[in-house]
Amino acid sequence: MDLMSLTAVELGKKIHAGEVSVKEAVQACLSHIETYDKEYNCFVSVDTERAYQQAEEIQKKMDAGKLTGPLAGVPVAVKDNMCMAGSLTTCSSKILSGFVPTYTSDAVLKLQEAGAVIVGKTNMDEFAMGSTTETSYYGETKNPWDTTRVPGGSSGGSAAAVAAEEVPYALGSDTGGSIRQPAAFCGVTGIKPTYGRVSRYGLIAYGSSLDQIGPLAKDVTDCATVLEIISQYDPKDSTSVNRNDNHFTEALTDNVKGMHIGLPRDYFTDGLEPEIWDAVYHAAKVLEEKGAVIEEFDLGMVEYAIPAYYIIASAEASSNLERFDGVKYGYRTKEYTDLHNMYKKSRSEGFGAEVKRRIMLGSFVLSSGYYDAYYVKALKVKAMIKQAYDRAFEKYDVILGPVAPTTALKLGESLSDPIKMYLGDVYTVPVNLAGLPGISLPGGYDQSGMPIGIQFVGNAFEEKKIIQAAYALEQTGSYHRPKKVAERRL
Amino acid sequence: MSKTYETVIGLEVHVELATKTKIFCGCSTEFGGEPNTHTCPVCTGMPGSLPVLNKAVVEKAVAVGLATNCTITQNCKFDRKNYFYPDNPQNYQISQLYYPICRDGKVEIETDGKKKFVRIHEIHMEEDAGKLVHDPYTDSSLVDFNRSGVPLIEIVSEPDMRSAEEVIAYLEKLRLIIQYLGTSDCKLNEGSMRADVNLSVREAGTEEFGTRTETKNLNSFKAIARAIEHERERQIDLLESGEPVIQETRRWDDNQEYSYAMRSKEDAQDYRYFPDPDLVPVHITDEWLEEIRNAQPEFRDEKKLRYKEEYQIPDYDIDILTNSKKLADLFEATIALGAQPKKVSNWLMVETMRLMKEHSMDPEDLTFSAKNLAGLIRLTDDKVINSSVAKEVFEKIFTDDIDPEAYVKEHGLATVNDEDTLKKVVEEVIAKNPKAADDVRSGKDKAIGALVGQTMKAMHGKADPSAVNQMIRKLL
Repeated sequence: MDLMSLTAVELGKKIHAGEVSVKEAVQACLSHIETYDKEYNCFVSVDTERAYQQAEEIQKKMDAGKLTGPLAGVPVAVKDNMCMAGSLTTCSSKILSGFVPTYTSDAVLKLQEAGAVIVGKTNMDEFAMGSTTETSYYGETKNPWDTTRVPGGSSGGSAAAVAAEEVPYALGSDTGGSIRQPAAFCGVTGIKPTYGRVSRYGLIAYGSSLDQIGPLAKDVTDCATVLEIISQYDPKDSTSVNRNDNHFTEALTDNVKGMHIGLPRDYFTDGLEPEIWDAVYHAAKVLEEKGAVIEEFDLGMVEYAIPAYYIIASAEASSNLERFDGVKYGYRTKEYTDLHNMYKKSRSEGFGAEVKRRIMLGSFVLSSGYYDAYYVKALKVKAMIKQAYDRAFEKYDVILGPVAPTTALKLGESLSDPIKMYLGDVYTVPVNLAGLPGISLPGGYDQSGMPIGIQFVGNAFEEKKIIQAAYALEQTGSYHRPKKVAERRL
Repeated sequence: MSKTYETVIGLEVHVELATKTKIFCGCSTEFGGEPNTHTCPVCTGMPGSLPVLNKAVVEKAVAVGLATNCTITQNCKFDRKNYFYPDNPQNYQISQLYYPICRDGKVEIETDGKKKFVRIHEIHMEEDAGKLVHDPYTDSSLVDFNRSGVPLIEIVSEPDMRSAEEVIAYLEKLRLIIQYLGTSDCKLNEGSMRADVNLSVREAGTEEFGTRTETKNLNSFKAIARAIEHERERQIDLLESGEPVIQETRRWDDNQEYSYAMRSKEDAQDYRYFPDPDLVPVHITDEWLEEIRNAQPEFRDEKKLRYKEEYQIPDYDIDILTNSKKLADLFEATIALGAQPKKVSNWLMVETMRLMKEHSMDPEDLTFSAKNLAGLIRLTDDKVINSSVAKEVFEKIFTDDIDPEAYVKEHGLATVNDEDTLKKVVEEVIAKNPKAADDVRSGKDKAIGALVGQTMKAMHGKADPSAVNQMIRKLL
C-alpha cells in the first residue's frame, strides 16, 4: 500500500492502530520526496535526520499513550516563511541565505506538540509575493498536473507537495490568496482562517494585517483537523484572538439543509473563464439539491479590492522587509565602501525583482504627500469591503464563488505582466482585506484537465460554516489525483 | 541702535521609564550587563518576531500625563517610524505619531519669582534603540541591543520658553514630577533623561517665529544652558549679518562649547509613518484611568502644605527638602524613626548639602539610610557625643552609611562625662595658661573661649563644651 495516497487523518488512524509505525510513515514520505521532488521542486530544504529523530521520539510518546491526537506521527511540510529553531528558514529569498532562527513559529510548535513530524520546508514566491511560485530564489515549483504550468502561489510548494503526494498535508500562509489559489491550481483543499485565528508568531511577515497561516491537504476533513490544532490563542501575537470555538471537526457533516448561500453576481464577469463559471454554478446546484438555499446578490466593492490590497500589503511589506539589511543575519554583499553602500548593495543583490517592485510601491504610498491619497484611502476601501461582507452575512451563512479567474497558467506567462498576475487575485484578496475565513476545494476540471477551485467565504470566526458547506460539496465528487500520481501505483 | 531679540524655545524631552521589562518583550531593562545579554528575538528584530505591549509602560506614561495636566487619549495607537540605522534592529522604531497617549498639558514654572505655564503639546510612548560600539582593534562597529526596546516617553513642549533659566526651570519641574512618580530616575548624564532644544530668535515685539534649529547631545543642565546661549548668539549673529538661519539639527560638543550641523532639512528623512499592524490599539478604560489617577503620589505642592502643618519647619527648609523626592523621602523616613523634624531638616539642609557639594552629587545619588541618620540624632539628643563629633560621624554615614552607635563605640568617641577626669584636665589647662586664667578672673569673659578650646583639644574633642565651661568657672 502506498501510505502517501492516504489522507493525513487516514494515515494517523493507521499509526494509532499500530498498522504503520511513525518511522514507516516518515520513510514513505521521505522516499516520495526523494523520488518525485526532482521533477516538481516543492521543497527548499528537507531534513531527513531530524525527521527520523522526531519519528523516534513521537513513536515513544505514542507507545506510552502520551500522544493521542489524530495527526500524531503523520509527516508534514511547512512553508519556508515559518521559523523553525535550528532549521534554515529562507522565505525563498537570497537575502535570508543561511538564516537559522533560534525560535519556532507558534503554528509549527502546536503541530509538533500534536506529534507531527516536520520533514522539510516548502518553496514559495519570494517573501510570499506572487501567485505562481516562480519568484523563488530556489527555482520555480512545477504543477504536478502539468509540469509546464505553475502550481500557483505563493504557497505553491506546499500545494504541489500535497498534490504530488510527497506529503499528506502542509502548512501555507495566505495574505491575498496564497493558500486558496495554489490549492485551486493543484486540485487540493486549503483554508485561510479568520485573521487572528492562528498565531502569526514566527511567520516572517509580508502584509502583517492580512497574513494568516492555514492548512493545505487532500480533503476538508484533513484541513479541519489541522486547523483545530493550530488555531489556539497565543499571547505572543497581539492580534491573536482568544476564543474557544475551534472544534472544527464537529462541522464535518454532510448537511446543508436550510443553509443560506449567497452567489455574488459581480463575480461573474468577462474575466472569468466560462468553465470555472460553470463549475461554480454546478456546485451551487449540488448544494441546492442537498437542501441549501442559493441566492444571487450584489456584493459590491469587488473592483476596488485589488488596488486597495496592493497598496496595503506593499506598504506593510516595505516596512516589514527593512530588517533585511545585511547587518544581523542573512546575505551581505561582498564589497562595500560604507554603511549606506552596504545596505544598498546587500538589498539590491539580495531581493528579487517582484519584492523590489512591492518595496518601491509600498515606500511610495507611505511617503509624505502621498500617504493620505493612497494608504489612508486604501484603508477606507478596506473598511468598506468589510461592510459589504457584513451586509451579505446578515442574509447568508456562506458566500460561494470561484477562487481564481483561470486555472493554472503556463510557466513564465504572468511574470512578464505583473498587472495581469495581480488581477488574478480578484476573488481572494477581498477576503483577506475583510479578515474573513475562506476555503478552496476542487470543483471540477477544465478541458485541458486542470483542476478548478471552488471557494466558500464565511463571516469572521465562522470557519465551521464554510467547512460544513465544503464538506457537503466534497461528498459528491471525490478527490482526484494528477494523472502521473495516479499512474504511480499502476 | 541695535535690535533686541527674543529667544523662543521648545523642548523634546525623552525619559526612560523605570519598568522591569522592555516595552514589547519580557527582557530586563537593567542598565549595564554584558552586551546582548538582555535580548530576545523581539528586541533584536528577528524575522517573524512580534511585539506585545507592556501595560506598565502605558500606566507610567498616563501617570506622567495626569501629573502634567494632559488629556489622556483613551484609544491610542502605535506607529512605525521607518529609518535605517544599525542600532535599530527592525529599521523602524515603534513610536506614536497619529494618536499619542497624552495631549495638551501644561506645567507651571517659576523664574526670578515670576510664574508662568509651559504648555505640553504631547507625550508619546516609544522604544529605545541599541548602542553602537566601535572596536578599534578590528576597525568595525558592534551593536549592543541591551537597550533596544527599553521604554521611553517623549514629552514635547510648545515653544513657550524664552530663556535658558526657563528651560532649566521647566526641566527641573518635569524631573521632579517624574521622580515623585517613581517613573524614572531622570539622570541626564546616564541618558535616562535626554533633552533636545528647538530654538529660534525673533525681533522683540514680532509675532512670527524665526527659523528654528534643533540641538542634540545635551548631557547636563549646564550644557543645556551653555548650548542655548551659544545657539542664541549664533542665530543673532547670522541675522545681524543678513544671513538666513538654516533649519537643521545640530550636535552640541560641551568640551569645545560649540555646536555643528548634523543634518539639514533638505536631507531630512521621510519616516513614512504608518500604524503598526502588529499591535492592536491601546484602549484605556475609564476604570483603568481612574485606577492610575488614584495611585498618583503626593506631589510637591501638597507635600509643602503638609510639611508646614505637620512639622512646623521654616518655609525655606520645606522648599529645599521637597525639591528632591529623595530628600523628602529621607526626611520623612528619619522622622518616622522618632527624630525631631527640625533636627532632621538641619542635618539635611546643612551637612548633607555641604557634603553633596563637596562630592558634586545630586540628592538622587545619596546612599545613606534614614535609620543611621536617626541613630546619630539620638546620640546627640542623649549627649553621648557632642556636635563636632556628630559631624565627624555624619561624614562616615554620608559616605559609607555606617551605624553611628557602633562607630562611636569602636572609635571611643563618646563624650567623657566623668567629673574627676574633667577637673584634672581643666586644672592642667589653667596652670599652663595663667594669662588667660587671669583675664577670666578679671572679668574678660571672652578669654574663657581659649581655655575651653584647650580643654577640648586635650580631651581629643570628647567632652561636652558646656560642661567644660562650667568646670572652668567653678575652678577659677
